[in-house]
Amino acid sequence: MNRLEAKFKKLKSEGKKAFIPFITAGDPNLEVTKSLVLELEKRGADMVELGVPFSDPIADGPVIQKSSQRALKKRISLLKILELVRQLRQKTTIPLVLMGYYNPIFKFGEAEFVKRFSQVGLDGLIVADLPPEEANDLKKEADKNNLDTIFLLTPVSSEERIKLVSASSTGFIYCVSYTGITGDARKGEEDLKELIGKIRMLTSKPIGIGFGISSPQAAKKAASLADAVIVGSAIVKRIEKYRGNKNLLREVGTFAERLARAINVN
Amino acid sequence: MNYLPDKKGHFGQFGGKFVPETVMPALQELEEAYLQAKEDKNGFQAELQLYLSDYAGRPTPLYFAERLTHNLKGAKVYLKREDLAHTGAHKINNTLGQVLLAKKMGKTRIIAETGAGQHGVATATAAAVLGLPCQVYMGDEDIRRQKLNVSRMKLLGAEVIPVSSGSCTLKEAINEAMRDWVTNIRSTYYVLGSVVGPHPYPMMVRDFQSVIGKETRQQILAKEKKLPGYLLACVGGGSNSLGLFYPFLEDEVELIGIEAGGLGLSTYRHGATLARGSIGVLHGSKSYLLQDRNGQILFTHSVAPGLDYPGVGPEHSYLKESGRAKYYTVTDSQALEAFRWLSEIEGIIPALESAHAIAYLKKLAPGLKRDDIVIVNLSGRGDKDLEEVGNESPRGKV
Repeated sequence: MNRLEAKFKKLKSEGKKAFIPFITAGDPNLEVTKSLVLELEKRGADMVELGVPFSDPIADGPVIQKSSQRALKKRISLLKILELVRQLRQKTTIPLVLMGYYNPIFKFGEAEFVKRFSQVGLDGLIVADLPPEEANDLKKEADKNNLDTIFLLTPVSSEERIKLVSASSTGFIYCVSYTGITGDARKGEEDLKELIGKIRMLTSKPIGIGFGISSPQAAKKAASLADAVIVGSAIVKRIEKYRGNKNLLREVGTFAERLARAINVN
Repeated sequence: MNYLPDKKGHFGQFGGKFVPETVMPALQELEEAYLQAKEDKNGFQAELQLYLSDYAGRPTPLYFAERLTHNLKGAKVYLKREDLAHTGAHKINNTLGQVLLAKKMGKTRIIAETGAGQHGVATATAAAVLGLPCQVYMGDEDIRRQKLNVSRMKLLGAEVIPVSSGSCTLKEAINEAMRDWVTNIRSTYYVLGSVVGPHPYPMMVRDFQSVIGKETRQQILAKEKKLPGYLLACVGGGSNSLGLFYPFLEDEVELIGIEAGGLGLSTYRHGATLARGSIGVLHGSKSYLLQDRNGQILFTHSVAPGLDYPGVGPEHSYLKESGRAKYYTVTDSQALEAFRWLSEIEGIIPALESAHAIAYLKKLAPGLKRDDIVIVNLSGRGDKDLEEVGNESPRGKV
């Protein structure tokens, strides 16, 4: 059993939901990213998503776009993130998931990517522009190396796609809360209850909800429907605001703690 | 070869659908609608044909450029006059097809990206005549250097949305159009302007543009009773070149695509994707790309905004790899010189994009025999470029 599966099992037995914060690796720099992961864990994160910056992030809103640009200015690459994961693994067993776009992974070499990242203790992978249809090679390697591949579903997914994505996903299924890009809090709420219901009929795998969850209230609501709640832009916005400030860890940590509490308040 | 792409949208190892999950159902819906429209000879195809002929002015002429031929002292040169199509470029062939399709699909809003502004103008035009609201994403830098087309789009009732991220050119305009599409996926139809993007776009845009090659084939056979030895066209995303090449793929005709050499291939300030790129994934398909060793997409440069793009259509990558087509580059200054040269010698002001093909013609034609035939796709007219050429040219304002 790998770390993601074990974590979801443990949470389920305790009647709890997972809180998964997202931060971009290398924004504002790798040392701070490392401290942020440890801080987030201390404040109640159950897993952490590390964003791999890409020059053309078509699924991301302005907050994560800018964050990626800041990281790229620091010349953050997959090799540097590999070293980050290796160092983090010496200090924590919290499940770590990378989220990014396909091209940097393709350029790195899919087999090489999976081999080296699973060796240093990465647990899962989300690729925003890689639907299951194009993921056969990557998935084969990932399955061999016990690296979870998390695919996405959205409010416009048909039953056929729910089946395909559920079958291809390991670890959990990422349910996007609206049709759109990350961090769009203006988006009207979609009827997620129906979508989650449809997914539950077809699979028993854990479901995480993400995109646009910007407050403890919204996190609480998402937690009532799913097994995990993913918060990205709202956290990254605080990193943007407090970067270079000595209170960065505390500010982000306090916000994370409020989210974690909201998710598991009964 | 004519049966590519396969069912999943692959041309050999290239193409495919690398998009966020939200877009997947829309691509499937689009593919089904397109394949149905393609077979609907009496409905969709007849209606499109009528728009192409009576509205857009097709067929465009195949013009024997006598002075050009005489001047080059080599092969016989013909120009396929896409500059004479309505809106002044080949882009209208594709946008009439796609906006008509959008209407049949019941979509209520049109979006597009544009670099040189020609695709934006052509989309705004098709949206106007078919009665749909239209928004066009355009990079700040392109808005600056293609002012005429910005005014045209506005006059045609479209809203031009400036994009100020990254290099502020075509790549960023596509990023923003895709983000809009993901957000408004239920109501909106995204009119992609080239043979790029996820399946079925590369196939569909190629099919709509292959009217260029089909006409050219009939016209040259009528005039010369034989096929040309060479077809020449510029390649940014690659829609005018593929539209010309496609009906000749199984003939013994040399296919030559010309990419933007910018300030020179050694400067890294160019758009020579096939000449200098490596394989990767951008904007929904696998193809050659200009990228760094970490897979980040590079900035490009060309004096021709329509060629200022780090990607290229997946079918071009396939044609390059199979050796069926050859690709060369022409620099900014060579294109600018050809821009003036064609204007003076034939009385035709070419778009800076098309001027790249003319510049290569100058190198190619003199070495050929008198009975060889070269056809150049004159993909657009150059009015849009006059101001920018004035800025670039050492001889001052035109």
